[in-house]
Amino acid sequence: MPDTPVLCLDCQHVEPAADAASRRCAHCRSHRLVRHAELLDLTVAHVDADAFYCSVEKRDRPELAALPVLVGGGTRGVVTAACYVARMRGVRSAMPMWQALKACPDAVVIRPDFPKYTAASRALRGLMQQLTPLVQSLSIDEAVLDMAGTEALHGAPPAAMLARLANRVERELGITISIGLAPNRLLAKLAAGLDKPRGFGVLGADARQWLAGKPVRLLPGIGPAQEKRLATRGITRLGQLQGLSAREAQALLGDDGPHLAARARGEDGRRVDPARETRSISAETTFNADLADAASLERHLWQLCEKLGGRLRDGEASAGGVVLKLKTQRFLTRTRAARLGTPTVLPERLFDAARQLLVREVDGTAFRLIGIGASPILPLQDADVADLADPSMPRRVAAQAAIDRLRDRFGKSAVQRGRALDQG
Amino acid sequence: MKLKADRATLLKALAHIQSVAEKRNTIPILANVLIVVKEGRLSLTATDMEIAVVEQIASGAVRDGATTAPAAVLYEIVRKLPDGAEVELDHSGGDAPLALRAGRYATSLNVLAVDDFPSMTTGSLPHSFRIPAPVLRGLIDRTRFAISTEETRYYLNGIYLHVAEAAAGEAGPMLRAVATDGHRLARVQTELPPGAAGMPGVIVPRKTINELRKLLDEAADDVEVALSETRIQFTVGSVMLTSKLIDGTFPEYERVIPRDNDKILRVGKKDFSDAVARVAAISQERSRPVKLSIDRNLLILSAASPDQGTAKEELDEGRVSYDSTPLEIGFQARYLNDITDQIEKDVEFAFSDSAAPTVVRDVDSPSALYVLMPMRV
Repeated sequence: MPDTPVLCLDCQHVEPAADAASRRCAHCRSHRLVRHAELLDLTVAHVDADAFYCSVEKRDRPELAALPVLVGGGTRGVVTAACYVARMRGVRSAMPMWQALKACPDAVVIRPDFPKYTAASRALRGLMQQLTPLVQSLSIDEAVLDMAGTEALHGAPPAAMLARLANRVERELGITISIGLAPNRLLAKLAAGLDKPRGFGVLGADARQWLAGKPVRLLPGIGPAQEKRLATRGITRLGQLQGLSAREAQALLGDDGPHLAARARGEDGRRVDPARETRSISAETTFNADLADAASLERHLWQLCEKLGGRLRDGEASAGGVVLKLKTQRFLTRTRAARLGTPTVLPERLFDAARQLLVREVDGTAFRLIGIGASPILPLQDADVADLADPSMPRRVAAQAAIDRLRDRFGKSAVQRGRALDQG
Repeated sequence: MKLKADRATLLKALAHIQSVAEKRNTIPILANVLIVVKEGRLSLTATDMEIAVVEQIASGAVRDGATTAPAAVLYEIVRKLPDGAEVELDHSGGDAPLALRAGRYATSLNVLAVDDFPSMTTGSLPHSFRIPAPVLRGLIDRTRFAISTEETRYYLNGIYLHVAEAAAGEAGPMLRAVATDGHRLARVQTELPPGAAGMPGVIVPRKTINELRKLLDEAADDVEVALSETRIQFTVGSVMLTSKLIDGTFPEYERVIPRDNDKILRVGKKDFSDAVARVAAISQERSRPVKLSIDRNLLILSAASPDQGTAKEELDEGRVSYDSTPLEIGFQARYLNDITDQIEKDVEFAFSDSAAPTVVRDVDSPSALYVLMPMRV
């Protein structure tokens, strides 16, 4: 076996041609070594914070470190995030809370504190941006980095800089990340999942062979429905897709076929584009008891609009439209969307638009959940600009700014709009 | 029911009718046209429950009666008949199909019961006035481009027609049409027609405006307008268009029209709009701004696209006049063109600064005023 480059995750020492038999870092004796033939050449990285919400909570409450921690809401809510201790006991995110608590009765359940997570996410992003300007956030806890050409700048290959990033994140932010390094975004994402948490996965030319034996579900974008459809054609492993020519793939799998076959081979042409962040910003709540009447639904909706407005401002974004989500007693989801004339972060304007969507859905059905999201997400600077059809806009913007200032100083409940108060 | 009509007359009427008839087929009867022969006169009616159009036709009525038939199909058939053909419609009553014959062509169309055809209630229309068709056309053409399509602010989805008090320099109250989508606003007025004085301010929906505008294409005489707080009716020749009004409150637009913009730029309409079109061609993205850099008797238009490159055009002395402090301001190209399209010869811009609403006027026509929001550049 030829000698391959080795990187020490603890001291970032790089051995360009290490002895294949060495098990420890020649420098610091650490056994956290990454070994890959293309280690020093790969430039696309996927960074994924491990059990992000829970890690942030454990950082702030060290006594929870060894305990199973679930972030999520109420007895009727679902698990938003589960720490690795809880995951080992079978808890998954999106699992109903009662079910999670059955598997893990001693779990500590924490209500999500999004401003805290957003702040941690922004700090993480800041550290990543010191490595390369080409950072594209994919969600609050995931991003992809294009580090091509940065070796000259940093005097170290991307792999070493990424290992340094992971150490800095642990030291300065108190959370851990997993990193995937590969020639493209798809493989980087898959590599990041290779040995979570605190992982550092590398996929290069070996990816095709590695993918061949994997089930089709591994590819992001292949869900249960697609998996079933492929299974009816006898396809269960990615290897079966790899050999298909574009024409064969199209004949067999339809218009998406060629694309699917390419991805099964580990090919992906997407660029890292910081301007094209596919973020979703939303807020939702599951009721303690199902609700059917407009007044109660609107009261919850108002609170969510306030939350959403705050999250948009925190994320330096604005809503170009709103998406209303309702889940019925029978777990059917209804989503309704409306565009706004000018983007907004004002709770009132979000509410005006969402209420019109809600009114049409109030038909006696009992709902268990209501949510509101921003779509499309636009830059904050475009929000709530002067509007010829709304002479009161400057006043509304000023009023909200005053409310925000009071809340910053005296806490969230210092000021409430009349409509937030319970009439009952 | 039986009648005979020449193809051209019937085709013209069906053209008006079929565009109102419901195409989405949710309620089958709304896709039909109501055909009535009564006391020797033929009338055709279509409605989508928001708008109803009734057209009277002088025809060779043969036998009284009524039925309903699919508007779109009937229109297609009549359209494909040869020029000059005489069309005969014959319906024996009840569920029997409607027979259409022309020369050696014959068809038989399924009908739906007349009793199921909804009639839009009009109620009383206490206000009425007459307005010359070309004047009404002018009000519509110069405002309708600014009508909003935003569903959440439904009260912007039409033209606000109302009486405005006389301003300085005006002889008396005016009849005003206003439309805005928040980004631009168009305000056009005309002398108040006799009888319109006490009318309430009403918002006429976009679809109604578009249907009305088609009828006005062929009209030269007066249009009769009658309205209440909830309905409006236009009678154009032999066609009567009745519509519901938008139930909402139009914003207090006067508050957003700047009064003190004192940086005045004048430029020929053609020079300006051609330059905007050429400069904007660099980018297919409609929301990209065209930047106006203005200095003493100099206007530089420019646009940039990250993928395509940049473009620039200068209009200098002799073609522009400006003697205020230099200014840079950006607008969406399409919004500029929508406004200059309404202007005959010379355009006047009145700016305040690069972030404030800009007033645009037609130098030769004081009856129209436009306001445009700038974009960041």
